[in-house]
Amino acid sequence: MTLEKNGIPTPAQLAVIKPSKERLAKGPVVLVECFQKIPCDPCYSACKRGGFLPFEDINDLPQMDYDKCNGCGICIGACPGLAIFVIDETYSEQEALLTIPWEFLPVPDEGSTVQGLNRSGEPVAPVKVVKVRPSAKKNGAMIISLAVPKELADDIRSIRVKD
Amino acid sequence: MSSIDNTDILIIGGGPAGLKAALSAADQGARATLVERDPHLGGQLIKQTHMFFGSKEQYASERGFKIAETLSLAVTNHPNIRVLSNTTALGYYEDKAIALEVDKRFFVVKPEALILAAGAQENTLMFPNCDLPGIYGAGAVQTLMNVHGVVPGERVAMVGAGNIGVIVSYQLLQAGIKVPAIIEAMPHIGAYHVHASKVRRMGVPIYTSHTVLAAHGRDCLEKITFAEIDHNRQTVSGSEKELEVDVLCIAVGLTPLTEILFQAGCKMVYITEFGGHVALRNETLETSIKNVFVAGDAGGIEEASSAMVEGSIAGLTAAANLGHGLDSYAVKLSEAQKELANLRRGPTGEKTRSGLQRLSLAGEVAS
Ligand code: SF4
Ligand code: SF4
Repeated sequence: MTLEKNGIPTPAQLAVIKPSKERLAKGPVVLVECFQKIPCDPCYSACKRGGFLPFEDINDLPQMDYDKCNGCGICIGACPGLAIFVIDETYSEQEALLTIPWEFLPVPDEGSTVQGLNRSGEPVAPVKVVKVRPSAKKNGAMIISLAVPKELADDIRSIRVKD
Repeated sequence: MSSIDNTDILIIGGGPAGLKAALSAADQGARATLVERDPHLGGQLIKQTHMFFGSKEQYASERGFKIAETLSLAVTNHPNIRVLSNTTALGYYEDKAIALEVDKRFFVVKPEALILAAGAQENTLMFPNCDLPGIYGAGAVQTLMNVHGVVPGERVAMVGAGNIGVIVSYQLLQAGIKVPAIIEAMPHIGAYHVHASKVRRMGVPIYTSHTVLAAHGRDCLEKITFAEIDHNRQTVSGSEKELEVDVLCIAVGLTPLTEILFQAGCKMVYITEFGGHVALRNETLETSIKNVFVAGDAGGIEEASSAMVEGSIAGLTAAANLGHGLDSYAVKLSEAQKELANLRRGPTGEKTRSGLQRLSLAGEVAS
């Protein structure tokens, strides 16, 4: 199965956009799961730190400079594809802090526990909601940070707040 | 029948292309009249709750209905633009007269230039019981939900994994409705893959190479049967599946709305990539008839971002043809054309590029 058949990026695609172990060990950093050339570049305009390299053609795939990225998450709310996440593997011994975009109601409460879902929408583990804030773009999207088990940080990409 | 004649340019359709056409023509100093069938300006934009793609120039990261608000406000406040909403363009008559109807009253306009930006209509799909209540076009579902605030049902199967099918599925999920399947006859997802991933991770399965075989139900839709198809579009035996749903939403493409251009006598040609018959036109979107322009989906199905840029090109040129804004015309036109070429340059612009190529070949034969 491939992304164009079922909507799920393949492990090979995900490996390409993963920052190096060294960079991940330094703290929060962006993950841009955008694998198709489409006419779109607001991620680039949103980042004021040079985390995204300039687009030569608006159809280019985003190219990153992970050393310039501090994981602030501003680009998350600017991406119409909701394809941008931030991961902080230094959050705690057992857990990584995963930040995702969220456009559903209810918006979970900080401190609550919700179901973590993988890229197919299957439940994989309960996760704790650490922080909830509106997108810097003020476009109604919410930006949610979750404490997730480290070994599931590559799998969890969504949540279910209630059944 | 009365007539309205104090207009230079008549624009039919108040969607993204028509709004931009009116603004760019009026900014150049032309007087424009914008005709819209609905009570509100904005066309399909008012139903779009998702963030837009494109670049800053096409309002990327803003939601469609917000873009509609911004553009409608600018149009309504523009001293050179008159808006006629709830008004239908009925036909194009001799002497370049266009008949308009509002509240059963009829008017005739004789503009110096016409820009048709009427958009498109949805395609339907034939299968047994396809007329059961509960089977809707995607546009109708969006109107119910996002204009009137009414949910169409509880469990919705979507047919079509193009951008419209996938975006409407996402909007249904946001409204708290279950979407147990997106069914797509092509072997691949037509929507931007990032859109597909966002519905997939909310648990919606996407069945590519599948089609709806039949709908079932006594008085309204209760169930559908769907199955896998091979590359000859034959059902793969044993792959039939049943799904209980109370709504089936059809998003299988659009056809340009071109009646007025046919009536005007524009040279028309069938272009598969554009979804049907479209008018031959040059690079400024002027058709085979002088001062008759086409912009947006009416000239070939594409994205709202390119419809807006096309609207600007047609508006600028119509104004220039009538002697308005000649100083800035060349610069503004080349900026807009560059923007449009950029939007169409990548792999997702392939279909449009090939349609344009066929259009220009057809144009050479015709001339
Ligand atoms: S997370 Fe912040 S610093 Fe990193 S790429 Fe996004 S906007 Fe730039
Ligand atoms: S904004 Fe999102 S969808 Fe658009 S190019 Fe950037 S990452 Fe891809």
